Amino acid sequence: MYKLYTAILKELRIMLRDKAALAVMFLMPVLLVVVITSIQNSGMKMINDNTVPMLVCNRDTGESSAQFIDALQKIGMFDIQQTNPALTDKQLTDTMHTKDAMIAVTIPAGFTPALNYKAQKLTGKALTEFGMEGKGPVDTAFAVKETPPISMFYNPVLQESFRLSVNGALKSAQQFTENRAVLQALYAAMSDKQLPDSLEQEILNNKSVITQVPSAKDGSRKTPNATQHNVPAWTIFAMFFIVVSLSTNVVKEKVSGSFIRLKTLPTSFLLNLFAKQLTYLGVTLAQVLVIFSLGIFLFPHIGLPKLVLPESLTSLLLVSIACGWCAVSYGILIGVYAKSMEQAIGFGAVSVVILAAIGGIIVPSFAMPEALHLLMKISPLHWCMEAFNTLFLEGGYIGNVLRSLLPILVVIAIMQVAALLRLRKMRLL
Amino acid sequence: MEAPAINIRNLNFQYAENSGVVLKDFNFNVALGERFGLFGPNGAGKTTLMNLMTGVLQPVSGNIEVLGKNITTDEKSVKKLFGFVPQHHSLYPELSPAENLEFFGAWAGLNRSETKERTKELLNVLGLSHVADKPVSKFSGGMKSRVNLAIGVIHRPKILFLDEPTTGVDVQSRHAIIQYLKELNAAGTTLIYTSHHLSEAESLCTQVALIDEGKIVAKNDLPTLLKEHQQDGLEGLFLSLTGHSYRDS
Repeated sequence: MYKLYTAILKELRIMLRDKAALAVMFLMPVLLVVVITSIQNSGMKMINDNTVPMLVCNRDTGESSAQFIDALQKIGMFDIQQTNPALTDKQLTDTMHTKDAMIAVTIPAGFTPALNYKAQKLTGKALTEFGMEGKGPVDTAFAVKETPPISMFYNPVLQESFRLSVNGALKSAQQFTENRAVLQALYAAMSDKQLPDSLEQEILNNKSVITQVPSAKDGSRKTPNATQHNVPAWTIFAMFFIVVSLSTNVVKEKVSGSFIRLKTLPTSFLLNLFAKQLTYLGVTLAQVLVIFSLGIFLFPHIGLPKLVLPESLTSLLLVSIACGWCAVSYGILIGVYAKSMEQAIGFGAVSVVILAAIGGIIVPSFAMPEALHLLMKISPLHWCMEAFNTLFLEGGYIGNVLRSLLPILVVIAIMQVAALLRLRKMRLL
Repeated sequence: MEAPAINIRNLNFQYAENSGVVLKDFNFNVALGERFGLFGPNGAGKTTLMNLMTGVLQPVSGNIEVLGKNITTDEKSVKKLFGFVPQHHSLYPELSPAENLEFFGAWAGLNRSETKERTKELLNVLGLSHVADKPVSKFSGGMKSRVNLAIGVIHRPKILFLDEPTTGVDVQSRHAIIQYLKELNAAGTTLIYTSHHLSEAESLCTQVALIDEGKIVAKNDLPTLLKEHQQDGLEGLFLSLTGHSYRDS
């Protein structure tokens, strides 16, 4: 035990004296998790809570366009600002940039009469179908023209999915306006009286309600947020980034000749390897503690959602240990194969970024192209992310994370065996 | 009869199956209590032999005994008997001399109190007490070499292998190291030493072996060898037996 104690003490002392490595292991992930969560949180807020600035250039003078704008406003997605109707399309898009509006909509001149004509025509058709005749004359002023289209201008940075939902909202408002016109025309054709407002509202707004409920494995109905996704994701990234420090530590021992000296001592070299793994596993768990504590205690004070830990803390500890051990095994593997510090640092850092990218840390796995889905499965970070997601986003327990833990354990076994084979070839075992 | 410090019989070694043979049917022994110098040009096989005797390399065939124990079959107990001072400073520069000695002492088989006591003693003897807690990375070459030596002897080995222990060391440190090695030998430690400082070797070694192309070309006490080959110094003897041509590998 004294040998193991001195070996762990040696590793800790070396680590604590390397300020740059400490910064990479603790400061960098802390900054990353705060910055990325803030960015994603504001993005989510913009979509979920805030209204999107929209410019509306109404070139129509009738009431249908006003009703259309009113319908758009009621959807609640947009912060509508009406512009001077005389603006050209070019002037309108320029105004978009100066006013930071992501979307602009033009309602063409003649929108109301065209819509009214369409409504009266549809009404006449419907009444004829029923063998009835309407009372009022059809306004033929726009008879030869199609309803002029509403145009939407958008900032190209707008994600396609978001653009499609804006388009859906516009169509919904347009449908509402058209339905209203048809309803009014139908009523006017059949009666001398005006359609009462209350009846009109009842007919137009009588929609079935769609309730949306998040469903987690534990049966809870918590809504996932940027914190619940980003804190575990960037913690995994931080855990794997220790490969830079660990692999250079191994290479240093190799090139300085300490490996050879240890080989001449009456203690198994495996103990040195074990002590290293134990020390760095402790570091990864410390990273979990630090980053999760930030999520719990700091985030609410800087306007970010508080991190809510899963109910099963034992499962969380097991997943953290498995992910940490996987990261440590990768660091040892790179260290024993790398021939120089430069190789270890370069390959270690770049490979972790690539594995994080294909593993769903930087971009969520569901948003990745189909072609990358198979590749994603070779990244140990993907399996770590899956295990953490099961706990944090789906409220899972140990039974639920086993499916992700098993591939992690297989990866650990492969990396450990590969490292031991290399050390054997180097005559150190 | 007491077993020799080193006894090598019919040793064969090559680094890989398709590489050249480094040592072939090699026989060699060092008596207990000697200050034995192993010399030869670059690529002669000195470091390979040192690595074989310390168990870093495994022989293809043959037998290596250290104090009567086979290094291959009795590896763990043999490793307690010797110390090794490599040419490069094989230590942890981020740690202080005391911390290095604490780690290597434990790994050499000492307990906590033995390590503590021996650390204090060695730092004192080798003039490192005043920098006991400073990181080795800040030390001069000579100071690093003294720490390197201290690590090799912390467990009071019966045999000490030294691979060019004074390379790149200032005169004062070299003098201190040689003086300490003589004291160790006087206390019963067998020294097996390689160096390119032949004048230093003349003053230290009681027995000398010249090795070239994996073979012992001369082995005896220095005065006898000088007389046999009509030379007045180790350098002349070295050149007369290994030639003047470059041995660039």
